[in-house]
Amino acid sequence: MHLTRRQTFFLLGLIPILFLICFYVLPLGVIFQKAFSGLSSQILSGDLWQKIGSPLFFTLKQAGLSVFLTILVGFPLAYGFSHFEFKGKKVFYTAVTLPFILPTVVVAAAFNSLVGSSGWLNLFLMQVFHLAAPPIQILNTLTIILVAHIFYNTSVFVRVVGAAWAQLEIEQEQAASTLGASAWKRFWLITLPLLKQSIISALLMVFLFDFTSFGVILLLGGPTFNTLEVEIYQQTTQLLNLTLAGILSVIQMAITFLISWFLLHDARTGGMVTFLPDIKNERLRKPANGKERVFLIALLSFLVFFFVLPEFSLFFRSLVTIDTHGALKFTVRFYQELFQNTRGTLFYISPLTAFKNSFLYALTTMLIAGILGTIAAYGLLHFRKTKLLQVMVILPLGTSSVTLGLGFLLTFTGVPFFQKVPQVLVPIAHTLVALPVVINTLFPAFSAIPENLRNAAANLGASPFQILKKIDLPLIRRPLLVGAMYAFILSLGEFGATSFLTRPEYPTMPIAIYRYINMPGAVNYGQAMAMACLLLIVCAASMLLMEYFFEKEKRT
Amino acid sequence: MKKVSRFLIAGAMLMLFLFSACQKGQTATQEPRTLTVLTHDSFAISEAIITRFEEENNVQVDFILSGDAGSALNKIILTKDAPLGDVFYGTDNTFLSRALDADIFEPYASPLLEKISDPFKLDAENRALPVDYGDVCINYDKNYFATTGLAIPQSLDDLLSPEYNGLLVVENPAISSPGLAFLLATIAQYGEDGYLAYWQQLKDNGLVVVNDWNTAYYTNFSASSGKGPQPMAVSYATSPAVEVMYAAEPMEEAPTASIIGKNTCFRQIEFVGILKNTPNRDLAEKFIDYMLSVPFQEDIPMNMFMFPVNSDAQLPEEFTKYMQIPDSPAMLPYAEISTSRDAWIEAWQEVVLK
Amino acid sequence: MKEPCLELKAVQKDYEGTSLLAGIDLMLQEQETLCLLGPSGSGKSTLLRILAGLENADTGSILWKGKDITALPVEKRNFGLMFQDYALFPHMSVAENIAFGPRMHGWKEDAIRRRVEQTLTIVRMEKFSERRVVDLSGGEKQRVALARTIAPNPALLMLDEPLGALDKALRDELGQVLREILNELQIPTIYVTHDQEEAFTVGDSVAVLNFGKILQIGRPESIYSTPASLWIAGFLGFTNQLPAKMIGVNPARVSTDLGEFILSGDLQPSLKVTDDLILIIRPEQVRPVNRSAGHNQITGTVHDSQFRGDGYRLALELANGSVFHFRDTMRRELGKKLTLEIPQSACLVYPAHEKNDHYY
Repeated sequence: MHLTRRQTFFLLGLIPILFLICFYVLPLGVIFQKAFSGLSSQILSGDLWQKIGSPLFFTLKQAGLSVFLTILVGFPLAYGFSHFEFKGKKVFYTAVTLPFILPTVVVAAAFNSLVGSSGWLNLFLMQVFHLAAPPIQILNTLTIILVAHIFYNTSVFVRVVGAAWAQLEIEQEQAASTLGASAWKRFWLITLPLLKQSIISALLMVFLFDFTSFGVILLLGGPTFNTLEVEIYQQTTQLLNLTLAGILSVIQMAITFLISWFLLHDARTGGMVTFLPDIKNERLRKPANGKERVFLIALLSFLVFFFVLPEFSLFFRSLVTIDTHGALKFTVRFYQELFQNTRGTLFYISPLTAFKNSFLYALTTMLIAGILGTIAAYGLLHFRKTKLLQVMVILPLGTSSVTLGLGFLLTFTGVPFFQKVPQVLVPIAHTLVALPVVINTLFPAFSAIPENLRNAAANLGASPFQILKKIDLPLIRRPLLVGAMYAFILSLGEFGATSFLTRPEYPTMPIAIYRYINMPGAVNYGQAMAMACLLLIVCAASMLLMEYFFEKEKRT
Repeated sequence: MKKVSRFLIAGAMLMLFLFSACQKGQTATQEPRTLTVLTHDSFAISEAIITRFEEENNVQVDFILSGDAGSALNKIILTKDAPLGDVFYGTDNTFLSRALDADIFEPYASPLLEKISDPFKLDAENRALPVDYGDVCINYDKNYFATTGLAIPQSLDDLLSPEYNGLLVVENPAISSPGLAFLLATIAQYGEDGYLAYWQQLKDNGLVVVNDWNTAYYTNFSASSGKGPQPMAVSYATSPAVEVMYAAEPMEEAPTASIIGKNTCFRQIEFVGILKNTPNRDLAEKFIDYMLSVPFQEDIPMNMFMFPVNSDAQLPEEFTKYMQIPDSPAMLPYAEISTSRDAWIEAWQEVVLK
Repeated sequence: MKEPCLELKAVQKDYEGTSLLAGIDLMLQEQETLCLLGPSGSGKSTLLRILAGLENADTGSILWKGKDITALPVEKRNFGLMFQDYALFPHMSVAENIAFGPRMHGWKEDAIRRRVEQTLTIVRMEKFSERRVVDLSGGEKQRVALARTIAPNPALLMLDEPLGALDKALRDELGQVLREILNELQIPTIYVTHDQEEAFTVGDSVAVLNFGKILQIGRPESIYSTPASLWIAGFLGFTNQLPAKMIGVNPARVSTDLGEFILSGDLQPSLKVTDDLILIIRPEQVRPVNRSAGHNQITGTVHDSQFRGDGYRLALELANGSVFHFRDTMRRELGKKLTLEIPQSACLVYPAHEKNDHYY
């Protein structure tokens, strides 16, 4: 049978759709069926809307504010990284991305050791300005929620927008300047509209991460802040009120749908924005004058203060003990302890085992999400109802992980195959979150490729697969790397679904961190910090390696 | 494209690896049976203890840890039509009647029950058998009270005194199990009618509420590695001993201690039960007997920091030396807890969080 | 002589060790159209970008009406630059593209609207105002780009290979339109091209550029009749070249494999007898003859004969094996012997060592 290009990709596009039906629609169906079987008119009383209204409002408020601030922080960084060459750029870039993998307990510990009441920053300020009380008091406030969200998600914005910016042709802006446009007008009227696609996909992802944020709200925000996700968690795990949890989940999904629908417009205007193939960045240069140097120094100082300092404080915490009088002592004991099962406990997690499991889960997730995501993003170009499908593939990102996790449990734990190998559910669950990220990164890139290139290749006798291989993939390598990297680190740092689905025989590094920090004692705390640092190192090394192979392959 | 095919091969190998890794355990000479034990995240025990049981009975014991005590129970209730395992350990007296009402257990009158004193045996039908207990208490930072010269509060009432303004951190009972336990202690002390007024006063006296034990202990408590601002935190009576066991430098005495006045602590008892319709009832009975026997019971303190219920079991030295056991911990009838818990929590949230 | 409106003084630019512009001096008069003619890599685009302000010269200065504008930022210059691949704003309609410049210069809305209509009329694109630029054809894009460039009334117009991306038919048609428009506009214009025909038809004067230097500047006719160097002659398409030796002055005579040639008067004074030379024969005055003379004649067999509408293009294989091209009015039989008369004015000579010069 000979298939046309359209038919081939229609069929190929069915693979990710089948994946989503099996592992998203089905478990959600099962859980909702259970949740709404007991639905009565009683529960839909006025009291319900009160219960929903306040978390809904706060969820939208904190997510909106977080996204706004993330743009504010992300734009200068994306500009700096796409326009300037400077020493240690890769390291800085990695440092911005690292928070993404950190479990919330670790971030809480890092923030606490910096801006907690006896955090170093407070101690420093108290000493310098002779203050009686710590000047920074942001734990358990909206501020720390916003700060944590910026800390976590800025890299998504910087990487996605920065990659597009680096590949955006510079001529339109130059044309605008010869027509009399100032730098600000150029940015506002030319650059911004041309980057719109990428900005929107980045924003949407950041919004959904903030919108469904759980750990940050729970651990850093404290009990006075209640989001939909936290409410769903309480209703499901503590109160066993599946009906209310179900209603809240549906609201969450509906908002995700509406916002995605509103933000994404049909992006099949192929070739509208010309991206340079790969990263022949015409913009990249050393800072040319004093103004640019000052900008870059300010930018990097902020980056070091905001991103590197908390990471550094973790390393510091993993290497010192503090006695009751506050005296510091250097030690490597926490790292040594990690490798010993001192008390012969059954669930001892050796760092190597945890690393192996985390790494394999992450690699598998990257492969599944990378391949499915590429197929899906490419297939999307060939579907008629693109926008609807685009929004549908985003939905898992805006779905409560508590609800979805329970759906997984109810749907798959009875299946003999998954009983036998329950650990395959972990990368599948991770893929559900990674897939929207990959698709959302790749789709704008795919749609920026002029359809004529594909037509020309087809005319020269290339099969649809050859076109994908020879034309599209080489042109979208950079976004593909970004997508795959996020799939990898999403999985590497994921805790909730992993602990929910995995057996204790297959612990990951984040699970080990939680295991330690759930016990009192300086050594347990220290081991949690040490394990977090190992996680940071593994993540940084993986990212730098990926970049390295990417650059190497490009050169050859 | 070479790169893609390389990726595919790597992926296939990975999958194979994942699949083969999980089959390792199942290639013993004589096919052992499998017993699946469901429990919460805090479950821990020595490897040797489990290995011994496995060898004696030619069985492989699989543990599934599924979230905190509440989540674990809810999962079992939701999946009771297709049970995930044979035995469930880890429901406590605050959740007991939800478990019993959901009818997830089969009764089993273990012969070892006679070694357990009666106050622990809450379920007369023996569907849920006590395994261990522990007290949720307020821990305090010894160093803080020593250096400030502040008197250590002895009762719940003392905490309302202005000198303790802003010094106590508690957990949100809607999220955290020790948080709930402490709320129940206040209800035991002041009654359903009086506890809210007490909390209102606590709140007025600078009470700090966080969501979970982690934050309370490591971010807010001044005696932990987090060096937080509050010298008093709701934790466990065993925490001071654990601080010594896991100290960075060897310690002569614990840096913290518990306030063990009347009703300042709440006693949690953890139960085990055989899940309905298990095909492995015989193994499940053996395992429960084993859990209640002295070797297992004596292993509990050092792994889970709880006390054994078997009166023959000896406590380790660390426990007798570094911690205080409350004489009169608070208790509430479990049936009452389960009927009113949601309402109590909601009322508490209205008063304390709003 | 009138004051020039634009003056470049010793403009120089290096990039990573290579010299892009090696000291450019240039003047442009009001209403003059200057063509920068050169092959790709000759530095003409760099010169344009420096003029526009998109790049900075390393040394040298640019004066506009006597004022130094070397450091003036690009958006303040009001020099219109039409980019080689147009650089239209893909997210704007045709009208929005054209309105962009006037809007940046703070024009009033109705003035902008009038200007958009006016420029669309100038480029004969009245009906395209609301189209999306991504839907336009190459020729349409070119005209929109021109309209956008002239819309804010630039003081200087710069066109970078404006016809470069178009096919032959469109080039001829739009080249004509462009000439008319430039004539109407009366703006000083710098027109960059690598095509000599285009340069000669458009330019009031032509500057031949290579290796970052202006090799020759002058009216199109003078450049065509007396290319200043062997390289320029080659670049202009004079392919009929013979090695020669100077054998006499007054009148100048050279000898070649194919006989002797007498040259017309004004030669480079430095040439001496016995110098090795290259003789270039311009094809347009060459005529077939029946009689033979002792000099200024070449003989060969007809090798190829192509019909070119207004005549025939003939290739003659000469005795020394090289091929000589010229135009003729009639078809010639292949293989037929033919003798051509070479008028003195058709002969150009250059020192043979120019062939070895680094910029040949």
